[in-house]
Amino acid sequence: MSDVTPERHWSESFGAVATARVGEPAWLEAARKSAIARFVELGFPTRGHEEWKYTNPASIAKIAWAPAAAASVSRAALDALGLPLAEGPHLVFVNGRLAAELSSVAGLDPAVTLASHSQLLASEPDALETHLARTEPFDDRAFAALARAFASDGAYVRIPRDHDLERPIWLVFLSAPGAEPAASHPRFTVVAEASSRATICEVHATIGAGPHLGNTLSEFRVGENAQIDHVKLQLDGDGAIHLGHAAIHVARNARASSTLVTLGASTARHDIVALLDGPGAECVLDGLYVTRDGQHVDCRTTVDHRQPHGSSRELFKGVLSGKSRAIFNGRVIVRRDAQKTDAQQRNENLLLGVGAEVDSQPQLEIEADDVKCSHGSTIGQLDDDALFYLRARGIGEADAAALLTRAFAAQITERIASVALRERIEALVLERLFARELRG
Amino acid sequence: MTTPMLEIKDLHATAGETLILKGIDLTIQPGEVHAVMGPNGSGKSTLANVLAGKPGYEIVSGSVRFEGRDLAGLAPEQRAREGIFLAFQYPVEIPGVSNMYFLKQAVNAVRAHRGIEELDAMEFLQLIREKMKLVEMSDALMQRSLNEGFSGGEKKRNEILQMALLDPKLAVLDETDSGLDIDALRVVADGVNALRGPTRSMLVITHYQRLLDHIVPDFVHVLSGGRIVKSGDKGLAIELEAKGYGWLQQAEGERSSSKAETAAG
Repeated sequence: MSDVTPERHWSESFGAVATARVGEPAWLEAARKSAIARFVELGFPTRGHEEWKYTNPASIAKIAWAPAAAASVSRAALDALGLPLAEGPHLVFVNGRLAAELSSVAGLDPAVTLASHSQLLASEPDALETHLARTEPFDDRAFAALARAFASDGAYVRIPRDHDLERPIWLVFLSAPGAEPAASHPRFTVVAEASSRATICEVHATIGAGPHLGNTLSEFRVGENAQIDHVKLQLDGDGAIHLGHAAIHVARNARASSTLVTLGASTARHDIVALLDGPGAECVLDGLYVTRDGQHVDCRTTVDHRQPHGSSRELFKGVLSGKSRAIFNGRVIVRRDAQKTDAQQRNENLLLGVGAEVDSQPQLEIEADDVKCSHGSTIGQLDDDALFYLRARGIGEADAAALLTRAFAAQITERIASVALRERIEALVLERLFARELRG
Repeated sequence: MTTPMLEIKDLHATAGETLILKGIDLTIQPGEVHAVMGPNGSGKSTLANVLAGKPGYEIVSGSVRFEGRDLAGLAPEQRAREGIFLAFQYPVEIPGVSNMYFLKQAVNAVRAHRGIEELDAMEFLQLIREKMKLVEMSDALMQRSLNEGFSGGEKKRNEILQMALLDPKLAVLDETDSGLDIDALRVVADGVNALRGPTRSMLVITHYQRLLDHIVPDFVHVLSGGRIVKSGDKGLAIELEAKGYGWLQQAEGERSSSKAETAAG
């Protein structure tokens, strides 16, 4: 793509897709057009942007990504991921399009809406308008603009007022790459109305191997006194680049928790913005990033306290092995009106490899004067005394290291309510880092 | 002639860069309990760590044989599986690993090595219930993270519980008594005594004679300046309690200087 700028490449690609697209409402077409225009205006990010100082977008810019074509994935391939999907209703997307044959909404409370954009546009096209046309808070992010312009499908979840869902809702985004680099742009929106409660499990995984770009955009609107617990598991393949944008709006007295577990992709970048829009809003942001040789992961979070009496707890933990790189950038903003805010942030890193490198960047911006805020970060290795203690009891060196690593990660994985999902994640972490499992 | 359980010959060993052990000779037969006493800095803990194979502790010269087999080059986990057990002076706290889970992993690692079938959850529970009585451990301590927030006495009882579960041939107790009140000491000592037997040997390292009232040794050795300067029966411990270590160090000093004079002359 040496002779074509990335802006031109994506614009031309947009034109080709738009011609093929039929039957979309006018507002959506307009939103897409304004998004691609916004992308061109912002320009493809470069390393010169502060936001992209540590993750070089040139490696993404130089590839002529084509829109991912429709593909199918077998039930067996989905099952092989070992996800406890049977725990709840699930929508499965392949290359950004709903795979109805892999999805199930059996047992879903009929008052709850769980549908793909394509389904909703056919039945009640206006329901989505507010959500899909909105640009905040990622208006100035070029990749979010691309997702708004290109998203071929996505999910919409609405939990009505006072409804408490016991079973988690799964949103699974699979990529089935071919030989040529292809991009998909899944979007989803979760609306929790007042005093409702639900758990959302979001998964990104690659079936097969090959180069692909997953550029996702999600939005959570947690209404007054409602509660959303969100888990995101990213286990894309080695050929993948994963870019995630998640906006979490937390209203008065509402509670949102988001636990990110990012294991896969050669480059993974997560932008999470939590907006505490109402007094007494609470938010817990947790993250676990695990890297092995050649991987790069960049987690950027913003917690924006805009109203008084809010609280936020943030704990991101990283385990890095081989020659790999991780960045944690955690911004906490406390606006002038957000008195009595209680914000805590921690970032802890465990380096297993001598070639691993981590940048930990907490940023506190406090405009209010009556607040309680703290942050801290650590970077360390496995404790030699603990390793020796375990070995002196007959536990082999690699098992001892795996045990201590699992214990380090447990502080995050323990927050995941689904035992089956937690155990699957713990197994994946050990498999990736130590090529082994620990026996019960 | 039986093979000694432990045979240490002219052992010189370093901790980090420093030469700490400067010619230890010690033989322990099956079933014997030996006590090693000595002032701070005499090399007691170094000896324990060398026996357990702690990284950073190197044998410079001399040899350590366990049941006739040279220990040099054997990883700590291999020594543990072969039957050497070190009760730590400072048991390590490991958050996020439950005591119960840890004990089961350890027991099964050792059993697998010895060619015994691994225990399932129920069998393990049965075994541990039985052994817990030995040191009066509570169920609550089983579910907690390994040693995390345990009192000094609880940590040491947990060490003896591990010893009971792993059924070693040679147990090295590194200052197991330090920091314990008399009640805790009695519980720990009773646990250790219950594990004495004709096929198990023990090396009890301590700073205080008090422990040896409860765990009565067959032999007592005094370590000073990285060497055993005096050996005897349990009477030696009582003599030390009365006189302190000063007279031995003094005697040792005179011996060294007379040697030097001989060499000079």
